[in-house]
Amino acid sequence: MSSVRTVIVLGLAVGALASVACSSTSNTTSGPAGSSTSVVIRLTGSDTMVNLDQAWAENYKKVKPDVSVQVAGGGSGVGIAGLIDGILDIAASSREIEAEEIARVAKAAGAEPKAFVVGLDALAVYVHESNPVQSISIEELAEIYGDGGQVLRWSQAGVKNTSCESDEIIRVSRQNNSGTYVYFREAVLGRTRELRLGSIDQSGSKDVVALVSRTPCAIGYSGMAYAMPGVRALKISKKKGEPGVPPTVESALDMTYPIARPLYLYTRGTPTGPAKEFIDWALSAAGQQVLQDIGYVPAPAVSK
Amino acid sequence: MRHAAALRLSRLAEPLVEAIIRLCGWSAIFFVFAIFFFVFREGAPMLFGALDLGEFFTSVNWRPDSRIQAQYGVLALLAGTASVTALAMLLSVPAGLGAAIFVSEFCPPRVRETLKIVIELLAAIPSVVWGFIGYMVLNPVLIAVTGAPIGINILNGGIILALMSVPIIMSVGEDALKAVPDTYREAAIALGASRWQVVYKVLLPAAKNGLLAAALLGIGRSVGETMAVLMATGHAVQIPHSLLDPVRTLTATIAAELGETVEGGDHYRVLFVIGTLLMLMAFLVNLTADLVVKGVRGKQNG
Repeated sequence: MSSVRTVIVLGLAVGALASVACSSTSNTTSGPAGSSTSVVIRLTGSDTMVNLDQAWAENYKKVKPDVSVQVAGGGSGVGIAGLIDGILDIAASSREIEAEEIARVAKAAGAEPKAFVVGLDALAVYVHESNPVQSISIEELAEIYGDGGQVLRWSQAGVKNTSCESDEIIRVSRQNNSGTYVYFREAVLGRTRELRLGSIDQSGSKDVVALVSRTPCAIGYSGMAYAMPGVRALKISKKKGEPGVPPTVESALDMTYPIARPLYLYTRGTPTGPAKEFIDWALSAAGQQVLQDIGYVPAPAVSK
Repeated sequence: MRHAAALRLSRLAEPLVEAIIRLCGWSAIFFVFAIFFFVFREGAPMLFGALDLGEFFTSVNWRPDSRIQAQYGVLALLAGTASVTALAMLLSVPAGLGAAIFVSEFCPPRVRETLKIVIELLAAIPSVVWGFIGYMVLNPVLIAVTGAPIGINILNGGIILALMSVPIIMSVGEDALKAVPDTYREAAIALGASRWQVVYKVLLPAAKNGLLAAALLGIGRSVGETMAVLMATGHAVQIPHSLLDPVRTLTATIAAELGETVEGGDHYRVLFVIGTLLMLMAFLVNLTADLVVKGVRGKQNG
């Protein structure tokens, strides 16, 4: 499923490259009279943010008809790799860029990447709707997902999941270029513990939720905005026994929800021209309204 | 006059056509070596550098992205590729060769044409669609039928790959059977052999090489298939203990992870080492096939 989308996204990316090539050639040949050729902004990265990026691109077209934003997904890692290789204008990322990556961008571009926090996303933990569990703690998640974890069956987590005959917990995770994966690993296991191998690694945010909706034994994590019929987002608490907090815009904003994270746009150095205008617009009231409409949480304050 | 001109033209054209055909032949060899060279070149710095080959082949820990210590063990991925391919061949070789025998020997002509068109249509379905079928259709069916906790696993991937290989095995196998001269059949029938005896005693031995080639082409398709197994096998790094365990294959790992890696990084290079490994495996399969076929031929001639 995600692969279908990956192919489409790749197709779009190729199309984008082609149109970049075309527009640049037409610019050089058309001379001063035909200077109204459209500008292309290449925006690639986080799969969590693909829907958001696309909604932004569509709405930005209404504000600036001559600027087209070419959106592609693939994962935060893909975006940051593209930023290092210099093949895109803006990288979307659902995790913070690492020191090593900053150094690589600085080496390749001559300037450190500039970060913009454009919104927040609450990472929801989903189970099949027939699963009776309502709330789970970060500690329990660490035992389920972590290397050496002791909770392999629903009964060990104190859940009587009758629709899951084998009682086995099927861990649905993301492929390792996903910002969601990196964030989840760090938020649940910290920096010193690995995820246990053998999870079902899906390549898209939506695929995780879709798979959970079809698998009574499954548990999976994905963006709050990807909730769909057939699954339930669990309430999350930090420690076992504490009351859980449901993932909502309010709980993400006041930081009572334990696994909410910032969403970033990165540029090579301080952006100029069309890329700067686009990011300014995304941070404006209009851009933030688009973000809120599709289920994300507006950026808390001016970005750093 | 005209005749002489035409003759001269044909004298000119013939070497030209010959040169073009020769170029086509050589280019195939050239491209194979070029692909191997470039894949190997990207992986080589890691292969001869930081990569611990012992760990590479014996560790099940595939953690290329670890913050603590990156680990590049492909044993689980090898086990995934091997198990899915083996199951696919177990299902598709008998089915494909059986279909070939039926279409070529037992089928009424009208049914044969329809059947061939339908089966060849099966071969035209893109692999991503097969993956989609495994993911959306077969997954819930397998959960319901086998009681497995999850339906994207070896069984699912094996069935999907078998369905993808059967058309190839059938087409090539049927051609091989058709290539057996009718005089063989007639001679066998004249000796009083039944239809089944004709197939078993005469056609199968006579078409052995072609049928083997059919099976090996099927294996090639299974080992190299990427998109369908990425979606249908569950993409989970683990040594499988039963047919109902999800696994991850070598090809799917490259497909899922190459986009993220930074050019020239360790992870990038290890993925190319895996690519080299896959090419070596394909080479070995083909070489074995060649030797087996040669052996068979030698015996027949001798």
